[in-house]
Amino acid sequence: MASQLQRDVKIANGRAPAVHPHPVPLRHDPGRPDHAGREPGRPAVSARGVTRDFDGRVVLDGLDVDIAAGEFVALLGRSGSGKTTLLRALGGLDQGVVGDIDVPDALAVVFQEPRLLPWKRVAANVVLGLPRGAGTDFKGADALAEVGLADHARAWPITLSGGEAQRVALARALVREPELLLLDEPFGALDALTRIKVHTLVRRLVARHGPAVLLVTHDVDEAVLLADRVLVLTEGHISLDVPLGPLEDRSRRSPRFAELRSILLAELGVFEDDDAPPI
Amino acid sequence: MSKVIDQLAVPRWCRRLLGPAVVVAFWALASEAGWLDPQTLASPTTVFSTGVDLVGDGRLPEALWVSVQRVLWGLLFGITAGTVLAVVSGLFRLGEDVIDSSVQFLRTLPVFALIPLFILWFGIGEEVKIILIAVAVSFPVYINTFSAIRGVDEKLVEAAQTFGLGRAALVRNVVLPGALPGFLVGLRFSLVIAWLVLVVAETINATKGMGYLMNEARAFGQTDVLVVALVTFGVLGILSDAFVRLLERNLLSWRRSFSGT
Repeated sequence: MASQLQRDVKIANGRAPAVHPHPVPLRHDPGRPDHAGREPGRPAVSARGVTRDFDGRVVLDGLDVDIAAGEFVALLGRSGSGKTTLLRALGGLDQGVVGDIDVPDALAVVFQEPRLLPWKRVAANVVLGLPRGAGTDFKGADALAEVGLADHARAWPITLSGGEAQRVALARALVREPELLLLDEPFGALDALTRIKVHTLVRRLVARHGPAVLLVTHDVDEAVLLADRVLVLTEGHISLDVPLGPLEDRSRRSPRFAELRSILLAELGVFEDDDAPPI
Repeated sequence: MSKVIDQLAVPRWCRRLLGPAVVVAFWALASEAGWLDPQTLASPTTVFSTGVDLVGDGRLPEALWVSVQRVLWGLLFGITAGTVLAVVSGLFRLGEDVIDSSVQFLRTLPVFALIPLFILWFGIGEEVKIILIAVAVSFPVYINTFSAIRGVDEKLVEAAQTFGLGRAALVRNVVLPGALPGFLVGLRFSLVIAWLVLVVAETINATKGMGYLMNEARAFGQTDVLVVALVTFGVLGILSDAFVRLLERNLLSWRRSFSGT
């Protein structure tokens, strides 16, 4: 395992979280103009000393995290490690969190469940809360077309499949042109086939819109396939901060994929044994 | 058996009429055979001809119109009050503290126990009848609407907040539509209660209306008139229910609910 990779991986010792010191190259096309109002190089997220306890049980313990503009960061952690708590803190959804959190105003959240309003048709759900204007409906229609659901604009949410509903939620988030997109295990409830398709879709949409992304997931493969950088959250700290390098090197078949996977799994306390008998 | 009926392709509404038809048939049989004293219950044919007469001489339509007006005014005031109170106490913690405990106490009172006090306050005219109906129907509307507002999915509210909806927009887009099914349940109860209270309210010095018609019939032992009145109430009940169903179908078309097998 003594490979090139080992040098990139910084493992935090003690309580100091390891934050990757160098700006990570943005994935989206550098020739493409940046999105409205975004200053290149300015971090999208800068959080210092994020602390949250629930009745004395400390979940986030003075954690620091930065996300560069346009950077796709995946946050891994064991269940109960506080991944979602951190996402909610960044999204301004948690009143009990302490710390210095700087996030853009233009942020959007996709939750684990689609959370569509069942009494509004799909198109109305997408443009919910957008300032009403001449272009609003067209924007909504465009966003739906982007996720391949243009013909479902008049449908009621209850008639959608899980994957379709989650794509509507994605359209609803992206139609706001967020500078920060927070994804809270949005693919967790999808079946494996749907998940693969949605992964491809998310990569394409994020490349096109260029928001900074924080993806909370428990799925190591998903993190490696989608992100520019992977963070592992352990006992209230970022215990591992891994820049992943060019996306092309990370197909499921590449050796780098397997390498990253086993490093991340080890950090999560999982050791795969190929010789182990099938359960 | 159900297989056979299915194969005969009997329409559903025909099957639903089967039960009442059997009951009426027995009733007719018992009357014709003399087992049933007209002083106890008039025969179906007498009831029918009395019904035709009551409609013909205008007594039934007149009584009905007076009663319908009372019920509609009572419903208007009662539903409005119940809804406004439920929205205020559902949306605001302070509103809940002030309103909810009072309403929860008042609703445990038997509404007819209020009649003596209401007569002292409002006299024996139209007002007391309408107010009695309004008070009685406001409770089911309040209780169902309030609990529906509080039952709106917190996750939907949170999601809507992340999309920048302010308080007013949140109430309009999330809370009220989410509470609508509960409100309609309350409405359904209130329509039933309105007719219930009407009959009692119309025993207070009424000279018109369905309750008066029935009281008069009781005094003269006219069981046929009583049955006509009961049938009228039955029809009104069915119409009220159909009205709410129609509302539900239009307002809640986004729901796909279990409709039986």
